[in-house]
Amino acid sequence: MQPKVSSMSSPSFPTKMHIEPHSSGAANTPTSKEAKMRAANLNFFYGSFQALYDIDLEIQANRITALIGPSGCGKSTFLRTLNRINETIRGTRYTGEVLLDGVDVKSQDVTALRRRVGMVFQKSNPFPKTIFDNIAYGPKVNGMTSKQDLEVTVEKSLRRAALWEEVKDKLQKPASALSGGQQQRLCIARAMAVDPEVLLLDEPCSALDPIATLKIEELLFSIKDQTTIVIVTHNMQQAARVADNTGFFMLGKLVEFDRTEMIFRNPSKKETEDYVTGRFG
Amino acid sequence: MTLRTRWRYLVNNVMLALTGFCTLLTISILFFILGYLVWNGFTSLDLAFFTELPKSPGEAGGGMANAILGSFMMVGLATVIGVPIGFLGGVYLAEYDGGWLPPVVRYTADLLNGIPSIVLGIVAWNLLVVPMKTFSAWAGSVALSLILIPIVVRSTEQFLRAVPNSLREGALALGANKATATLTVVVPAARRGILTGIILGVARIAGETAPLLFTSLNNQFWATSPNQPTASLPVMIFTHAISPYDDWHRQAWAAGLVLLAFVLIANMTARFVVSRNAS
Ligand SMILES: Nc1ncnc2c1ncn2[C@@H]1O[C@H](COP(=O)(O)OP(=O)(O)O)[C@@H](O)[C@H]1O
Ligand SMILES: [Mg+2]
Repeated sequence: MQPKVSSMSSPSFPTKMHIEPHSSGAANTPTSKEAKMRAANLNFFYGSFQALYDIDLEIQANRITALIGPSGCGKSTFLRTLNRINETIRGTRYTGEVLLDGVDVKSQDVTALRRRVGMVFQKSNPFPKTIFDNIAYGPKVNGMTSKQDLEVTVEKSLRRAALWEEVKDKLQKPASALSGGQQQRLCIARAMAVDPEVLLLDEPCSALDPIATLKIEELLFSIKDQTTIVIVTHNMQQAARVADNTGFFMLGKLVEFDRTEMIFRNPSKKETEDYVTGRFG
Repeated sequence: MTLRTRWRYLVNNVMLALTGFCTLLTISILFFILGYLVWNGFTSLDLAFFTELPKSPGEAGGGMANAILGSFMMVGLATVIGVPIGFLGGVYLAEYDGGWLPPVVRYTADLLNGIPSIVLGIVAWNLLVVPMKTFSAWAGSVALSLILIPIVVRSTEQFLRAVPNSLREGALALGANKATATLTVVVPAARRGILTGIILGVARIAGETAPLLFTSLNNQFWATSPNQPTASLPVMIFTHAISPYDDWHRQAWAAGLVLLAFVLIANMTARFVVSRNAS
């Protein structure tokens, strides 16, 4: 279904940056032509505790990449290095590189980076504001001021999150009045409202019932053509259902990364096989 | 029942009676004071109290209109001075923690909180009364704001810390910078608590006498500007209560009741704000 408003001119952001991929450099090996993001030699530390070891991983553009693995293996930590949100935790640091379109994320303005790389958290975190103000928040902090532009963006985002029909009559109600599943879709809509190029989701369905989960999975499929998606999940069926590529983490290491059907049908590592067949974890 | 068990029961009952008696004593003292104040204050209260200036010593009648206005003015000025400083200090401690400075600020605020208010009055006297060569509402307000600031700092910090970190991360993940996230998401999420702390702090300074004694002093007439000595309810109570005149004693009771009513209203407002926060 094509949202009605998508034909309207999309409001522009003053801060929008168009960074062209590097024409040369280590990131552009022949196999990584379509890598939207890439981690190279990534080691991550919480103080003296090392949470990630030598991660090399490519996130392909307009694909869904799933990260699976037992809890505490570093999936969230990895995801949170991609938009540099980890650096808000004191004492964290990493070595190695994280690239977006071939450019080191460390060299970019962090607010511009986070607008391009959106994030949805495990526990839905609507702001204590109205539904409208939740969605309008991102566009506003990125410089959108016109009321009409904001209204267009809010509607478009809610439609993309398949939430419009459910909330269109209560946009001025507090977001806390929504159900758990609706709140999480609201958070996805809020992240989508700034048109991110990459969307990171950290176990977005872990607190949701199967129907709400299904709605979110459908939503991911519908935005995939415009957005690169990375999803952390502890639900293997979910990874198998939605992901094009899947990475298996264990104890801070990326054990295996491959096309999803390879991971689930024909894994090359024994640990992966044990985990996906339920003999571990 | 063995002797030992009986002994235990006895000790238990004696302790229960003792703690109950002490509790009752505390509460009854409080109610006695309140009752006495309401009884004496209410019978002494009349319209003139709110509308007229004090009469000269020994003369019956008159009111404390200038002191009511003076109190409102100085508490208001102290709020205008103290709340922004205290609020920003609290934001700093809660949101920009780290390094050596925040613990120093926190410790200083706690020290300031524990300093007897008369000492803060001396500070304001030195800072303002001496150079300006006059007692003034300004000096009184500054003395009061010195009491208000640490209260607001610590309560603001406490309520900001109670805001879940997921809200901060949510705002930052949308491309907000730290200051924007703090002002547009974190502070609004804690606004009721912050407001409550401010109201309680203001109620506290409304009843302070000592810091005003040698800063704003007193005035039998209307103060026409904050550069003059200014009457206030607490100081009025003080001067009237220690005077030898019966009618002044009567008015001191009335002033006490009015002050108590203001403080009670402020406290109840704060509680109401908090309870709405919880729901
Ligand atoms: N803020 C933190 N401070 C210190 N250690 C942390 C922090 N967050 C996570 N860790 C540790 O890092 C490791 C990886 O955690 P995480 O990335 O949350 O795992 P996952 O998301 O796969 O369950 C765990 O051992 C965890 O205890
Ligand atoms: Mg996690």
